[in-house]
Amino acid sequence: MSEQVHVPTIAEFTARGETPEVLFWVGCAGSFDDRAKKITKAFVRILNAAKVKFAVLGQEESCSGDPARRAGNEFLFQMQALNNITVLNGYGVKRIVTACPHCFNTLKNEYPALGGSYEVMHHTQFINALMKEGRIKVEGGSFAGKRITFHDPCYLGRGNGEYEAPREVLLKLDAALIELKRSKQNGLCCGAGGAQMFKEAEPGNKEVNIERSEEALAASPNIIAAGCPFCNTMLTDGVKHFNMEGDVQVMDVAELVANAADL
Amino acid sequence: MISSIVFVVLLGAASWLFGRNILRIRRNILLGRDVAINDRKSERWAVMTRVALGQSKMMVRPIVGVLHIIVYAGFVIINIEVLEILIDGILGTHRVLSFMGGFYDFLIGSFECLALGVLLACVVFLIRREGLRVKRFWMKEMTGWPRSDASIILFTEIALMMAFLLMNAADFALQGMGQDHYITAGAFPISSVLAGLFDFHAIQPSSLILIERICWWFHIIGILAFLNYLVVSKHLHILLAFPNVWYSSLKPKTELANMERVTGEVKSMLDPAIAPPVASARKVEGVEMPERFGAKDVFDLNWKQLMDAMTCTECGRCSSVCPANLTGKLLSPRKIMMDTRDRLEEVGKVIDAKGKWEDDGKGLGSRITDEELWACTTCNACTEACPVNIDPVGIITDMRRYLVMEESKMPGSLTTMSTNMENNGAPWAFAQSDRLKWTE
Repeated sequence: MSEQVHVPTIAEFTARGETPEVLFWVGCAGSFDDRAKKITKAFVRILNAAKVKFAVLGQEESCSGDPARRAGNEFLFQMQALNNITVLNGYGVKRIVTACPHCFNTLKNEYPALGGSYEVMHHTQFINALMKEGRIKVEGGSFAGKRITFHDPCYLGRGNGEYEAPREVLLKLDAALIELKRSKQNGLCCGAGGAQMFKEAEPGNKEVNIERSEEALAASPNIIAAGCPFCNTMLTDGVKHFNMEGDVQVMDVAELVANAADL
Repeated sequence: MISSIVFVVLLGAASWLFGRNILRIRRNILLGRDVAINDRKSERWAVMTRVALGQSKMMVRPIVGVLHIIVYAGFVIINIEVLEILIDGILGTHRVLSFMGGFYDFLIGSFECLALGVLLACVVFLIRREGLRVKRFWMKEMTGWPRSDASIILFTEIALMMAFLLMNAADFALQGMGQDHYITAGAFPISSVLAGLFDFHAIQPSSLILIERICWWFHIIGILAFLNYLVVSKHLHILLAFPNVWYSSLKPKTELANMERVTGEVKSMLDPAIAPPVASARKVEGVEMPERFGAKDVFDLNWKQLMDAMTCTECGRCSSVCPANLTGKLLSPRKIMMDTRDRLEEVGKVIDAKGKWEDDGKGLGSRITDEELWACTTCNACTEACPVNIDPVGIITDMRRYLVMEESKMPGSLTTMSTNMENNGAPWAFAQSDRLKWTE
């Protein structure tokens, strides 16, 4: 994945006196993590294929502050949030889409109390809407009949009650959607939330991502679908732990759609 | 006459004791910080009806859910009988409500069926706890008092139901013998079988009257004693479940409330023209309580969090789905709630003894370790699982806030994460100017 993609910044739009349809909030993982960058690119391919007039903040984007708030550092969270809100409000941003459930939760639920109110969507919701509007079409294709299971990100599912959008998208791939034993409201965390991604786990007898990956592998899927860059990392590591990376792929919903539609 | 006096005295003493303890619990809960929860009232009534009254979250585990509903319905409905017992006890009458005729028969018959249901359900619960050893009842925090508490409750309920049925069985036999005081009233689908089983018809009426009276007194004294047991036991959930669900959060589960005072501080840091907020203190039980960032003690939590702690009935559904607990970490959300409650009661006892709060040098941290707090993934499986909408994640986050903002204590890797975020706006050491490099 070394293709060059053109991604307009919101500053470019503003300079032309135009307003994008939606702001794509890339997030720190999506910008810097090698695995998550592929998800970002896949989502951009979808946006371009659907001819969505979107923009990114680019160098003006900063961490949403989610891990700082969960780690108890409210000062740092609010510094991040207030600075981001100044930038977002400065550009008159109304709609935001992001591929990270943590950014999604923070921007959608926690920024309003600090003066930043936007319509915020998770990318699986956005892709689902594009499909329903007929702006992108996926014809069966490479994933038809494949066993795909969806791991619910806590901050999308339990946190914000969105269980159906990612599943509706996966069903449009003509895939055989299989549910894990613990799914939707009862979904098991991948182990990365609450700032755990950035620290070592406390002593125990197992890693959370191993517990979850074991459960996912027990469903014998061809693909484990994720909707969060952190879940993706945790499950990828878990699948490797069981030496199953040759048989089972961990992929984001956006990557599946982009590949199926051959974008 | 004497029995009426004894009854009234007992009833008065039990009610006074109960009232005093309820007021203490109320005072303890209100030691927490104020928080306004009175919005979206119609939604709150709907949630309370569904979750508390309708026990919707208990039914996630259907077998136990149905058994629990039987005990709950039994508790609520059989207590209609207590009304009659109270009147009979005060006036020295017998089955004073029997003038209702056919409806009375229906009531007594239903009570009997429910009583048998409650009895059997409690036996199954005991077997699950002690025989099958369901894992969540045998976790580390469930030793000593919490385990005896559960057994005491189940045994008491079994004994109360047995006394109720045995009382009716003796009454049924006495009615058949045409004893003066024992008017023919009520339907006895269960106790008539019991009477036959124990051959009550062959027993002297005087002995039967003794059995009936002993059971009657045992039943009512048992209920009064149980009422007062509630307030020192996890069983308090039968009362607090309702307000606790009514006041529970209607927001998305992963939304954390904003800390207004921090907003003031941060705004003044970003713009020197804005004056920093003045730290306020509030008076709690005669003592000035400084406003802290996060929670060091129960005073720093809000009253709803303290109500959560008092409502917890230690079922452990939270811990049985907690990813940290499942993988052998020290964290158990149930223990967080139990520790908060135990600390609150400890503080309450100091206030009871000294008339005001005197700092005992302890806090929540004397019971809850940092290791437990840092193991939480904030996944909210616990809040989802709780049948009475308790929120352990809020307490964990508030305690983390205290550690980080007041004591500067956090795992080293999180210090690195924070430093990165402060310096370059990302949790990793990447420059903000490289934010578009992924496009290359």
